[in-house]
Amino acid sequence: MDNNMNLQQIIDQLNLTVLTDPRNFTNIQPKGGYTSDLLSCVMAGAKNNYLWITLQAHLNIVAIAALLDVAAIIITENSKPDAATIAKANEQGVILLSTPKPTFEIDGKLWELGIHIPE
Amino acid sequence: MSPHRARTEQELNGRHGRPITDRDAHEINRVEELSYDLKIHEVMSKKLHTASPEMSLSDVLEVLRINRISGVPVTEDSQLVGVISIEDIVRAMQRNDLTETVGQYMTRDLVTVASYDSIVKAMQTFTESQVGRLPVINEEKKLVGMITKGDITRGILFALQKDYKDEEVRRYRASHLFEDIISDRTTLVLRYNIKAHDFTHGGNASSNIKRALLRLGADPQIARRCGIAVYEAETNLIIHTTRGGILKLEVEPHRITMSTTDDGPGIQDIDQVLQPGYSTATDQVREMGFGAGMGLVNIKRCVDSMELESTVGKGTKLIMRIHVPAENFNGRKDG
Repeated sequence: MDNNMNLQQIIDQLNLTVLTDPRNFTNIQPKGGYTSDLLSCVMAGAKNNYLWITLQAHLNIVAIAALLDVAAIIITENSKPDAATIAKANEQGVILLSTPKPTFEIDGKLWELGIHIPE
Repeated sequence: MSPHRARTEQELNGRHGRPITDRDAHEINRVEELSYDLKIHEVMSKKLHTASPEMSLSDVLEVLRINRISGVPVTEDSQLVGVISIEDIVRAMQRNDLTETVGQYMTRDLVTVASYDSIVKAMQTFTESQVGRLPVINEEKKLVGMITKGDITRGILFALQKDYKDEEVRRYRASHLFEDIISDRTTLVLRYNIKAHDFTHGGNASSNIKRALLRLGADPQIARRCGIAVYEAETNLIIHTTRGGILKLEVEPHRITMSTTDDGPGIQDIDQVLQPGYSTATDQVREMGFGAGMGLVNIKRCVDSMELESTVGKGTKLIMRIHVPAENFNGRKDG
């Protein structure tokens, strides 16, 4: 485990907007990440406590994140989930983060911050 | 950023009463939440020892000694006028003044908290004022109790224990289902009606199934595998069926069977749909991120056996089974 970043530090470093209810992010330590917009690939590739980086912003991402217990979803390129999606995320305890940057850039920055794939 | 930042009323209400999710259960965060939810009157001590300004310091010392406390509020006609503590008495002792009255040595500079405030307010006051005990007053400014840091710790621990117990009781009841009900073969069946093209409720059945399995005492890893398999199956009903279908979960102590049945359109070529990447999803559905052609592949990976039967024009039946190791559903290994 070379990554000691907590979610609050990641939010600050990448300038992410928190879309869901504010809470204490300092005790969440993502242990890796997975990037895809294809939901079944995420089901197969994302482990629990991973960050999931995607362009998708519709309601169904919440169910996936809740089933997989991902640390948070980072929604890229200002793709905006609707109010129902945000409400459902709050209800299920899923954290939604947003950024205007493209996925490639976010992935690169996360890697630089030490978010890698665990051995 | 700071965990001690003040929260708005709306934020607090928004979180209050929300069901505790799997992840929340693992967070210390709840302590933070409790410090806003718990009110001072819920944790303060109401058994009051008070002194009057005319009392001698040696009498007060006796009250402190007998009750093993380090200070008492001073009242006059039931109004709070000061606090007398061990430190004040030590000051008097240094001057050989123990026969003096409370009124002469008590602290008149009063720091109080209100009974209806959150305990976080008391914690802030403790930090700012550097005192060890605070008198608590009500709306009419009458003294109703005293609060110490120990009271706060005890109150939080008590509330945490209650939280934990509530979920434990639920889990306990559910997880003993298979032991408490005697039969030659006990099966718990859960049915969910899945509507075609209802993406809005997509994943709800899977979430409920995962939670049910955890409550039943299933290993979290098994609950996760079931959750993934059932999500893919649920999604297939939503995307591909003409009139939706039924998702069924059968739980037995040694095995979990999940199945979906629908009445059409049926699959042309079963070998083909089992190929990774093969999909018949429309462009519209693909745009939402479905239709990767990985659904059945994912299911296969998560379950111990999978059977797929289909007749074009009649419908499709998918059966998925996961074997449960003996330790599950009764003597649970972990959460």
